[in-house]
Amino acid sequence: MNARRVKHLIRKEFIQILRDPSAIAIAFVMPVLLLFLFGYGVSLDAKHVPVAVVVDHPTADTSAFVGGLQQSPYFSPTLYPSIHAARQALMQRRAEGILWLRTDFSRKLAQGASAPVAAEINGVDANNARILEGYLEGMWQNWLARRAADQAASRALPIRADPRIWFNPALRSRDYLVPGLIAVIMTLIGALLTALVVAREWERGTMEALMATPATMGEIIIGKLVPYFLMGIGGMLLSVALAVWLFTVPLVGSFWVMLLLSALFLLAALGMGLLISSAARNQFAAAQIAIIVTFLPAFILSGFIFDIRSMPVPIRLLTHLIAARYFVAILQTLFLAGDIWPILLKNGFALGLMAVFFLGMTALRSKKRLD
Amino acid sequence: MNDPLRFLRVTKSFRRGNGRVEALRDLDFAVSPGRITGLLGPDGAGKTTLMRLAAGLLWPDQGEVRVLALDTRQEAPQIQAQIGYMPQRFGLYEDLTVQENLDLHAGLQGLSDAVRRERQRELLTLTALGPFGRRRAGALSGGMKQKLGLACALLRAPRLLLLDEPTVGVDPIARRELWRIIEGLKQEGATVLMSTAYFDEAERCDEIILLHGGQVLGRDTPAAFRAPLEGRTYLVREDAIGRRKLQDRLQHRPQVQDARILAQGVRVLVTDAHPHPEGAEDWRAVGATFEDAFVARLGEATPRHPVVAAAPPAAAAPPSLETIIEVRDLRRFFGDFQAVAGIGFEVKKGQVFGLLGANGAGKTTTFRMLCGLLPASSGTLRVAGVDMRHARAAARARIGYVSQRFSLYGNLSGAQNLAFFSSAYGLRGGRRRERLAWAIDEFELGEYRDVNADDLPLGIKQRLALACALLHEPPILFLDEPTSGVDPLARREFWQRVNSLAQRGVTVLITTHFMDEAEYCDQLVLMSLGEVLAQGSPQEIRASARDEAHPEPSMDDAFIRLIEAHERDMRRSS
Repeated sequence: MNARRVKHLIRKEFIQILRDPSAIAIAFVMPVLLLFLFGYGVSLDAKHVPVAVVVDHPTADTSAFVGGLQQSPYFSPTLYPSIHAARQALMQRRAEGILWLRTDFSRKLAQGASAPVAAEINGVDANNARILEGYLEGMWQNWLARRAADQAASRALPIRADPRIWFNPALRSRDYLVPGLIAVIMTLIGALLTALVVAREWERGTMEALMATPATMGEIIIGKLVPYFLMGIGGMLLSVALAVWLFTVPLVGSFWVMLLLSALFLLAALGMGLLISSAARNQFAAAQIAIIVTFLPAFILSGFIFDIRSMPVPIRLLTHLIAARYFVAILQTLFLAGDIWPILLKNGFALGLMAVFFLGMTALRSKKRLD
Repeated sequence: MNDPLRFLRVTKSFRRGNGRVEALRDLDFAVSPGRITGLLGPDGAGKTTLMRLAAGLLWPDQGEVRVLALDTRQEAPQIQAQIGYMPQRFGLYEDLTVQENLDLHAGLQGLSDAVRRERQRELLTLTALGPFGRRRAGALSGGMKQKLGLACALLRAPRLLLLDEPTVGVDPIARRELWRIIEGLKQEGATVLMSTAYFDEAERCDEIILLHGGQVLGRDTPAAFRAPLEGRTYLVREDAIGRRKLQDRLQHRPQVQDARILAQGVRVLVTDAHPHPEGAEDWRAVGATFEDAFVARLGEATPRHPVVAAAPPAAAAPPSLETIIEVRDLRRFFGDFQAVAGIGFEVKKGQVFGLLGANGAGKTTTFRMLCGLLPASSGTLRVAGVDMRHARAAARARIGYVSQRFSLYGNLSGAQNLAFFSSAYGLRGGRRRERLAWAIDEFELGEYRDVNADDLPLGIKQRLALACALLHEPPILFLDEPTSGVDPLARREFWQRVNSLAQRGVTVLITTHFMDEAEYCDQLVLMSLGEVLAQGSPQEIRASARDEAHPEPSMDDAFIRLIEAHERDMRRSS
């Protein structure tokens, strides 16, 4: 390893990065775009869900119930004269669910009998339907509890749920999405960008000229690793800054632990990028492979949006091969829960293994020859 | 045993599809120290593979490659620290400046800063790149890129210099400068191995290795290659008929091995050492060149297919005085930059009209305007009686166009490419079948019908592209650098086809930077920096460069003198 040669290779790479708008775009513009899209645009929360309410026989109890519904931020209720009209609205998707307070609502309530409210929910969007179902139940429980308190605890409820939500008390899905997004962004820089720039050297014939110099393959690889490692860390710092200051996602855990584990993930991602480029020697093929084996899995199979535990077993086993999976777990823990060492160590160890594997494979496969 | 480069029974094959193709077979030779050795051979002879093996970038399947007495398998790092290698595409970083490219290579070669500065100053002076240190390599002309590539390979004065076709696509001035540098290196004791497609360069080498089908066909000095041909080369003239007709007649005689059009007549290589005049022909003995030797040696190695001129079509007409292309005061701007600066010329029907010039002279821009692919900024442009500024689509139906890169679909077979282009030109039914059969027959494409265009050798690709462009029987054919990178034999065959087309009344416009090809043209326009420097017949252009020092100037000489004179004028006027 000759330090002078490595220095010159690194300097060359930085000059190229600075002069090539597409590298800057992938490293800095794309992360900002993704963060804005997911931070502002995508939300997994259900808020202001349109609900049709049908009251067969209005009483003081029913108007108190509907009043409670109107004050909730989760629902925007509309009164319908009959269950028939409400079902029509459900069919036309003007309402996502129906609450039907039947004629005997007040009577059964007074008797403490069960299920006086009928709820009908549009199940087309299964995820939303489940959220809505949960919200309705929660709201019903709350209303009952408040009513009991108002009536001077005349009759205590036998069991009372007292839910407490940990780590993300406001249940903001943004707080959960943005940390995972950082893993996707770093995959983009580490694997896609690196695979592309190495393929470009093959395409333009500069790799042939490099190989005919005394520079060793190790030096050529380090010359690629260092600049894109620094770019990846830069992309991560930019994303964390935006997450914390623009999207007000709390960073509960230690920043330094995050930096260290990010570096580990980046090494694994760079290893994948370099390994891809040792097989694909043109930019088109390199981009295709990088997107299919690194970027898309980081999006879909990392647990960033979709919960891994609810996946079928074969897919769940597959996710163990995705480096982003471990990093998403680390980031979500660090941002929302803090330095939970068992999780950090377990996932960090997996990342370390992957980094060693991919970089080792790259070193083994890279010969200083053209065939 | 102190040969700087030695191949010991080297075999090298590559995987292609399911099989393997042998690029080099049992190759055994040595390069002598302190000499310039030229590597010549047709396309696919294995020249680039040989260079890469010598640079340690490929390993032999069998045998051994020894560079400076080191084995390329075991000691590649030590070898690469002592040789200079310039790949075919120069291997420059286009978004780095000239200086940055040099700094990178100096760093990789491990030069100390003091040595680096000294050496870079020397090389920048030698290559005259000094004023362009801050320009990006991508913005340099072809000739300057090539000199920069060479400078990068020369930073640590190499003991062995490997140059893979360093002069392809470069104008005569740049080629002359490159040779000055190479000869300077030889004075300093370096050994040079270079592959080339130019015969005049071969003559300047101390020794030549002729490669064919992965084997050495001959290794000798140029003079020794020429010796057996003494008395077998003649210049034939017959004033009553045109050169093209004469050549067509001569090449069909059994004793004639090669017939090539020159300015003064037809140059003939015969199989025995006797002239064979017939009728009113005037045969005069001339000296043999390396090109003759090349043709003779390869002719023995591969059976020759003379191009058979098919029966002239009904529309055939002798060259007339009818003007078919008229250009007056044509200009084209790209932003502030004037790529074509008010040029004018006329092309007569049935002529072969050449557009010559270095890279960046404005040839391709002019061409694209003539074909209706690019609108002109101002000026008059009439092609086949149609005003190209108003009715471009109408004119396009009457022209055939072969672009620099041939524009074939690489993953379609030869027959599929032809079928596609025939429907693109609107051919149907019986006429379509007839034209497709004609194309396969005329261009001898039968055995390549089912081969994908990407897998065809360059010379065959060129034939296929020409066939595609002629399917709709256009009266005008545009050829943009069709012979760039094509080997000498394929070039020769190509020109025979062009000649036979011209004989049948097709007007051919062609751009080229091979000056020897200029001789095949009836009329020439020599361009530089968007202007026309000279026009006329090849004889007239060469005559304009005649003086006491050069009583018989070649087209290269004429080109260099005209450009130098033009640049002097530019400097005086600015």
